[in-house]
Amino acid sequence: MTKINNDSLAVAALKDGTVIDRINPEVIFKVVDLLNIPNLKNSVTIGVNLDSKHMGKKGIIKVADMFFDEETLNRIALIAPQAKVNEIRNYNVTSKRHVSLPDDIIDIVRCNNPKCITNNEPMKTLFHVVDRNPVTLCCHYCEHKVDHNELTLK
Amino acid sequence: MSNKSLVSINDLSKEEILDLIEKASHFEQNPNRDILAGKVVATLFFEPSTRTRLSFETAVNRLGGRVIGFSDASTTSSSKGETLKDTIMMVSNYADLIVMRHHIEGAARYASEFAPVPIINAGDGANQHPSQTMLDLYSINKTQGTLYDLTITMVGDLKYGRTVHSLLMAMRHFRPRFNFVACNELQMPLEYKEFCQANGIEYHEYRDFSEEVINETDILYMTRVQRERFTDLLEYERVKNLYNLHNSMLDNSKPNLRVLHPLPRVNEISYDVDDNPKAYYIQQAKNGLYARQAIICRALGIDC
Repeated sequence: MTKINNDSLAVAALKDGTVIDRINPEVIFKVVDLLNIPNLKNSVTIGVNLDSKHMGKKGIIKVADMFFDEETLNRIALIAPQAKVNEIRNYNVTSKRHVSLPDDIIDIVRCNNPKCITNNEPMKTLFHVVDRNPVTLCCHYCEHKVDHNELTLK
Repeated sequence: MSNKSLVSINDLSKEEILDLIEKASHFEQNPNRDILAGKVVATLFFEPSTRTRLSFETAVNRLGGRVIGFSDASTTSSSKGETLKDTIMMVSNYADLIVMRHHIEGAARYASEFAPVPIINAGDGANQHPSQTMLDLYSINKTQGTLYDLTITMVGDLKYGRTVHSLLMAMRHFRPRFNFVACNELQMPLEYKEFCQANGIEYHEYRDFSEEVINETDILYMTRVQRERFTDLLEYERVKNLYNLHNSMLDNSKPNLRVLHPLPRVNEISYDVDDNPKAYYIQQAKNGLYARQAIICRALGIDC
């Protein structure tokens, strides 16, 4: 019986596009939402609970014919800090990199404080990253701290 | 954002704090000056706070400015669903400066980001109340002759009391030593203890409000223990009188000790303390007038 290598299949199957690899399977659908994938017209493959020698089980997202800007990709670091991004052009991996959390998180995370102005006015949220491992954010407005297991995406 | 807005005490550098204290001392010597003639200051109190509003309005009036505003949002368009942004933009058409108090946390920070006139935060929920901190700093400096190397004992509700948190952070510039006296439910939160550690500030925690602690104190900062803060009402009944100050407890205290309290007090300071020359909480509130005069002039860019 031929053993299928999920990694090579996942990457090789794409002619042009972006592969987001090494996503913790528990958060993969949060990443899907974060990248606004349900509203894309592109061909998208989502793999969950694939075997991984690095993580045991992993998730993977392949988006054909699309390259995300760095800011968008770095948002992934909020929920999947170990994710890896491969860009594929003409079946070749043209860039490989890890996501990195920006210093400020604009309009991605909801503040958990119901008395925060961001939950009471039509406005963008803004958080400052105060700790990266594990992630802790501080609301720019009400100054409440939000840690990684309390993160709610907008 | 107007960089002359004052939203949080943490927005001020050490130099700016010292400058405001010096200016406040000039206003104490001469609080009635006509330097705000022709200026209109709006006091927007989306949440009632009579003490703070009267202090700000007196500050403006004694400097010759005019005041517009409201003391209760139920009579304004915000009760009809108007956004804060629209209210602030509308008032900015009329006033040179907005002093605002709001029950929503972060409201003043947000307003300061789009308002064409400076914003002074007069309290945003449990978050910040920088003019209170400035009057605390002014009172400490005035009674001790310095802000440096003081032992400050904070007593009562150290968990929810925003005044103690802001004061603690503002004092980081001045090598303080803190005693935190509180029951288990109302301990100083971990993040502020970590703040002390990160800034090399010595602190000690006590469950008992003892004379031993009082006797090494320069500033005794009392706060109110509120019943509604307790999840366990039996615990409240047990501790409610443990953090009360009585006059006899000051018998062996340092001569320079002063008792501060952000007011209103209920029973955490006995009335027999009022006649002790070490009681300073009423003068402390009066100092709020001078501190706010200095803050208003800074916001308007008036050299005073």
